[in-house]
Formats: sequence, structure tokens, C-alpha cells
Amino acid sequence: MEDINQKRAESAQVILRMTGIGKSFLGIRVLRGIDLSATAGEVHAVVGENGAGKSTLMKILAGVHQPDEGTVEIGGETRSFAHPVEAQRAGVAIIYQEFNLLPERSVADNVFLGREPTRRGLVDRAAMDEATSRLLDELDEHSFGPRALVKDLSVAQQQVVEIVKALSVDARIVVMDEPTAALAEHEVELLYRLIRRLQGRGIAVLYISHRLREVFDLADRVTVLKDGAHVATVPAKDVTTGELVKMMVGRELDAYFPAKAEESAIGEVRLTVRGGGNGKLDGIDLELRAGEIVGVAGLQGSGRSSLVKAIFGAEPFTRGEMTPARPASVRAGVAAGIGLVTEDRKAEGLALNQSVRDNALLVARAIGHRSRTTVSDLLRRVQLAPPRQETEVKYLSGGNQQKVVLAKWLTVSPKVLLFDEPTRGVDVGAKAAIHDLMRELANAGTAILMISSELPELIGMSDRIVVLRDGRVAGQLPAGSSEEAVMALAAADGVAA
Amino acid sequence: MKRAIPIFVVLAGLLVAIAVANPFFLEPAGFLAFLKRVAPLAILAAGQYFVIVSGEFDLSVGSLVTVEVVVAARLIDGDEAMTWPVLILLVVIGLLVGLVNGLVTTKLRVPSFITTLGAMLILSGAVFLWTGGAPRGALSQGFRVFGREGVWAVAILVVVVIAAVLLMRADFGRTLVAAGDNEKAARLSGVRVDRVRVFAFVLSGLSAAVAGILLGGFAGVSAQVGQSLEFQAITAVVLGGVVLGGGRGHVVAAIAGAFTLEALFTLLNLHGISGALEYAVQGVIIIAAVAVGGLRLPSLRLSPSKV
Repeated sequence: MEDINQKRAESAQVILRMTGIGKSFLGIRVLRGIDLSATAGEVHAVVGENGAGKSTLMKILAGVHQPDEGTVEIGGETRSFAHPVEAQRAGVAIIYQEFNLLPERSVADNVFLGREPTRRGLVDRAAMDEATSRLLDELDEHSFGPRALVKDLSVAQQQVVEIVKALSVDARIVVMDEPTAALAEHEVELLYRLIRRLQGRGIAVLYISHRLREVFDLADRVTVLKDGAHVATVPAKDVTTGELVKMMVGRELDAYFPAKAEESAIGEVRLTVRGGGNGKLDGIDLELRAGEIVGVAGLQGSGRSSLVKAIFGAEPFTRGEMTPARPASVRAGVAAGIGLVTEDRKAEGLALNQSVRDNALLVARAIGHRSRTTVSDLLRRVQLAPPRQETEVKYLSGGNQQKVVLAKWLTVSPKVLLFDEPTRGVDVGAKAAIHDLMRELANAGTAILMISSELPELIGMSDRIVVLRDGRVAGQLPAGSSEEAVMALAAADGVAA
Repeated sequence: MKRAIPIFVVLAGLLVAIAVANPFFLEPAGFLAFLKRVAPLAILAAGQYFVIVSGEFDLSVGSLVTVEVVVAARLIDGDEAMTWPVLILLVVIGLLVGLVNGLVTTKLRVPSFITTLGAMLILSGAVFLWTGGAPRGALSQGFRVFGREGVWAVAILVVVVIAAVLLMRADFGRTLVAAGDNEKAARLSGVRVDRVRVFAFVLSGLSAAVAGILLGGFAGVSAQVGQSLEFQAITAVVLGGVVLGGGRGHVVAAIAGAFTLEALFTLLNLHGISGALEYAVQGVIIIAAVAVGGLRLPSLRLSPSKV
């Protein structure tokens, strides 16, 4: 590995070299001996499970934390940043998962926030607009202009604003933290193009993602971290997904997805929708049976989330028939035995300041259900580790938080469980645990409907795939359909609905 | 509960300081007198806690206390036979004002700060209109016994504290806190968010009724009896480490906050510092408590993903 590192590093101009980085918080070592380098025009992926130390390492690069040991060299110069502004001046730009944009201000205002060009003491808006639109042009982005308000932009467009911001400070190193987490499938392509443009400008891109497919699509090299230590740095073309996963979790996740349902295991009909519609959906026909996992595919805006919210009663159907009776409210949905694991667990799934226990019991308490299982049994079932009941959920990793959301629904043993992006922002190990649990629930007779933007997950988990387009069912596909077939149906390229 | 530890330490320190300055405080009679003085504010703080932890405010309780006392004096007018009917009426008034506050806030979507500010002005205006500035009538002996006799006041306080703790342990309390912490998640978990919030306002109104009954006996009838009590109650709750905005804090700590505030006033009084300073002290406390709550020592927090 060392050899490859050195050869690559010497062949191109090294922009970033972090050597022997170590960091402890309150005497607990979270990073030790981490080496990471990046060359001009390189996309360097950093992967690892949650808690592996990726965020801490990036925060050290960004000047948020100071390393206890090791050095950071940028452009051959050793630097130490006492403050994020210093890192920014040195050419490090970080695009966090949650964007740092002011929704009520214009694109140009955001790009130049805090360093507005002035003319005779006043902010020179013309100069700001001009510089911003020049950068937008360079990125080939014409769908919005410098005076558009950020709140009116899509998530993908907001990401472009973040990138423009990075370019406007002449960043040489751009760190992207899970950039596709909030993007729809077709927007991911656009992001790829943007990243290639950054590469073309000689910028080193550090790419953090849980989605290994993106890593293979984009990265030149991959650095794997595990438990705060450096596992390996390898050229992306020299490893397979399986090898990477093994490096990340330290074990082989051979059966990436649990086995599909047997024909005989699929039982009675648990839910039917006939001609269901509301403001966002129309003519939805759907049937869910006990024991099966039905995947829902579709582009952003195709009505996937609206569908599960309608079935659940959060944004009820106003037309059509449903068995059990169309729920008019969430409580009616819960009473009818329907549960929803929401897409955004922090905003919609959990009360973050409350304990694991209080969150796990929230649904049961809300509907006055006296569960027979104890909380510790529940936590064992969802494999929460460590199973501490009194910890506030905000301190848990994404995977553990999702397990708590699941536990919340298990208390009332729902007949139908709806999942909206069940493993978004969840590390590989927890992902497998959640997949196993979903299959286990199905085998025990729960009917499961699952939305996923990650096609491998959708195909790997589903016994049947329903594809939505423009609020309607565009078609159904059997288990094991190809990604191309799903995308073709979702985007209506040639295939009739 | 960990957040609540500092307030108990501060309270213990103040009680020791009072005892040093005034040894009478350690005798049963002295301590009972203190408890009797604290009881109304502690009860108001418990009521205010429910509202604050659900993410709202109740600014109307001070005026409501005044209304309760003035109404009681006028209707009883010294007639012992009227005591119990009027007590029941007072409780009903408290519940009703709370109900209206709650319904306006949740159903008409008026921010509670505005709803209860409006209620505060309406109630003060009503009292002024009705009394012309000087309340008439008198309370009966049977009414005054609750606020005047330490044993009664303490018994009521104990009942309130126990009831508050039990409520917070029940499904109502847990869902109330969850709604204050993340309304959307609570709603999507089947919590009837509006209903639990209305109930919190009703409890606050009830606490104002009980506090009014105690204060009528303790402090007598005046049009100023409830003045600025809403701010004292909010200060007490915040002092107890309960976060404005909802979702965090313990009811016992909020009540301890009321004890601490009263102990502080007592201590200032013992040292001959003017009562006029009480407002300034409250102002400093409420700002400092919120500022300290916001600090939360970042270096002591492990990176969240480590758990």
C-alpha cells in the first residue's frame, strides 16, 4: 500500500498531506496515526462506519478541532489552524450534509457572506452578482441566477451554491460530507458532473460517503478508517465492494441482503388501496400481503413519500378506497396497525433530547397501548449496542438512532410497516442489521412497504417493486429486476407505463 | 435529572446562608413560615413548567391570581357560607382561562406569548373595570385559613408536588415533553399534540387558582396581589434548568427554582437590601440562567457518534 501511495503522490502535485494525526477527547482516543494525502485533481474517498473518525478528521482539516499530534501540510507548507476561518483562508472548503446557507438571502449574498466586496463603503451588489454568475456559468449551471433566493432552490441547487461558495474563495481542497444523502437519483448524476469539473480545475476533492457505489463511480483513491485508525489507502480500481466492506467493518458481510420471501411465506392481504388519490397522488392501486417487502421506486417528486404518508394518515388520501379504512389522521393509522419509519429521523422520527427509553415508548404512550414487551427486550430485538436506556438519543449514531425509531414501532406490533429511506445516513454494519430486522419482521407476518433511493438496496430487499411517476403507479417489477429496468420505468424512457 | 443538580446545590447554599443570618429559620416555626411564603410561587412554577416544557409560555398567571383574589373577596364578602362555593368557582375560572389560552394557542395558531400576553391584559383590565382600582368585599375566615395556616399551605404544596411528579411520569407527561422537544416527530408517533398542550395550559390555570387561594389568605386582598408573578414563575422554572422552547427539564427542579428564588429574596431581605431590588435580581437571574444553559461546556462533550 505504501508504495502505491508514494508513487501516486509523486506523480502529481500533492496539495494535502496529513501525517500521523491523533486526537483525544477527555482522554478517549478517537483518532490515532492517521495519514491522508490528496493530489491536485484527485477525488479521494474517505469511508468507514459511523464513529470511525471521518468527521473528526475532517473537522481537524477544517480547523474546528486541533490535532493532539501529527501535522497538516497544505501545498507543501505545514499549517495549524486555530479557527475554521484560517483553514478557509488556506484553501479548505467543507460542504457539510446540512448546508450553511441563509434561506431568505440571495445566492450571491450567500456566496459572499461575511466578505462582501465594497465600493465606497457600501456593498457592491453588482460585483457580487457578476462574480457569482460567472462561477455559475463555469459550472454550467443555468437553472437559477445570482439573485434567486436560496429558499426557492432545490436541494441539488443549494449544493451548487455551496460549491460556488467554495470556488469563490479559491478553495484548493473541497471536502464533501455525504453529498448525495439528500439528492434524488437523477440529481446525483449532476453532482458527479460538478465534481468532475472541480477535478478539472485541479481541486482535490475529499469525498465522504456511505454509498460505496459512488465511491467506485468517482474516486481515484479510497482511504478506509476504522475505530479511529487508518486501515488502508488503495486505488479504487484495485478493490471490490466486498473487500472495502470487509476493511470497514472488519468482517465479511457476505449475504449483503437477507434472503427473499418464499412464495409460501406470503400470506393474507394486509392492505389494499384502490384508486387512492389526494393533492399529490392519483389513481394509486396497491396491495400489500403479510410476509412480503414491497419496494417503492421513483424519482424525487414522484410522490413516494406522499404515498407512505397517505397510507399512514399523515397526509391522508382524499379519494379512493382503502382496507383497512382510509385513515384520516396519524392516530387512526396507528390504531389500524400501520407504522411509518420516516425519511428524516431527526426532524420527524425522534425527540432528540429524550432518552432512548422515552423515544422507544413514544408510540405506545401516545395511543395508550400497554406493551407486554419490556424496553430491554425491544432494544435487544433491534440490536441496539450498547443498550443503554437512559442515553439521550441525540448522542447515538445514525444507525442506532434508526434502531430506536424501529423499536418505537415494534411496541405496538404493526400489521403494516412503512419505511421511508430506512438506511439513509446509516453505516454499513447498522444497515445490515436493519435489513435483517426488516426481513425478520416480514417473516413474522408484517407487510412492509419500503422506499429507497438506493437502487441496490431496493432491489436487494424487495420481493416486488412498485415504481411511481408523477404521483401515479407507473408499473410493477418482480424481485431481482435490474437497476436499468427500474430507472427506465421511473423516468419513462421508452417503457410504457 | 442531571441538569437539575446545580439548582439543588444553590438552594442548599442559600438555605445555609439564611440559617446563619437568622437562626430562627432553623426552628420549626421559622421554617414553616418560609414554606408558607414559598408555596404560592412553587405551585405557580409547577403550572408554568408544564406549559414551558411543551414549548409554550403562560404570561397570564399573575393577572389570573389577581382576578381570583378580587373575585373571591367580592363574592364572599365576609360570609362564611360562601367559602366553599366560591372556592369551587375559583378553580373553574382557573381551568377556563387555561382552556381558552390553550385553545387559542393550538387551534387559532396564535403564539402563546401573544395569547397569554393578551389574556394578561384582558384580565388586568377586567379587574380594574370591576373594582375601579380598589377591590371591595372581604374574605371569610374559612378561606383565609389555607394561606395563613402554614400546615394547610404546606399540605397543599405537597399534594401539588406529588401530583406534578406523577403527571410527568404518566403517559401525559412523557408525551408532553416529547411534543415540546419535537412536535413533528410526536405528531407522527400518534401524539395528540394540541390536546396535551391545551391540558398543560389548563394545569397552569389551575395552578394560578390554587396560588390565588393561598395568596388571598396570606397577603390579603389587593389589586396588586398577583403583580409580576408570571415573571417570578418563569424565572423560577428557568432557574431550575428547564429550557425555554420546550423538551428539557424536570418539574421538581422547576419547583426547586421557586424555592431558590424565594430563598434569595429572603436572604436579601435579611441583609437589609431593598425589596425594590427584587426585580433587578430576577432580571439578572433569568438572563444568566439561560446563558449558562446555553454554554454547556462544549469541550466536555464527546463527539456524538461515539456512543
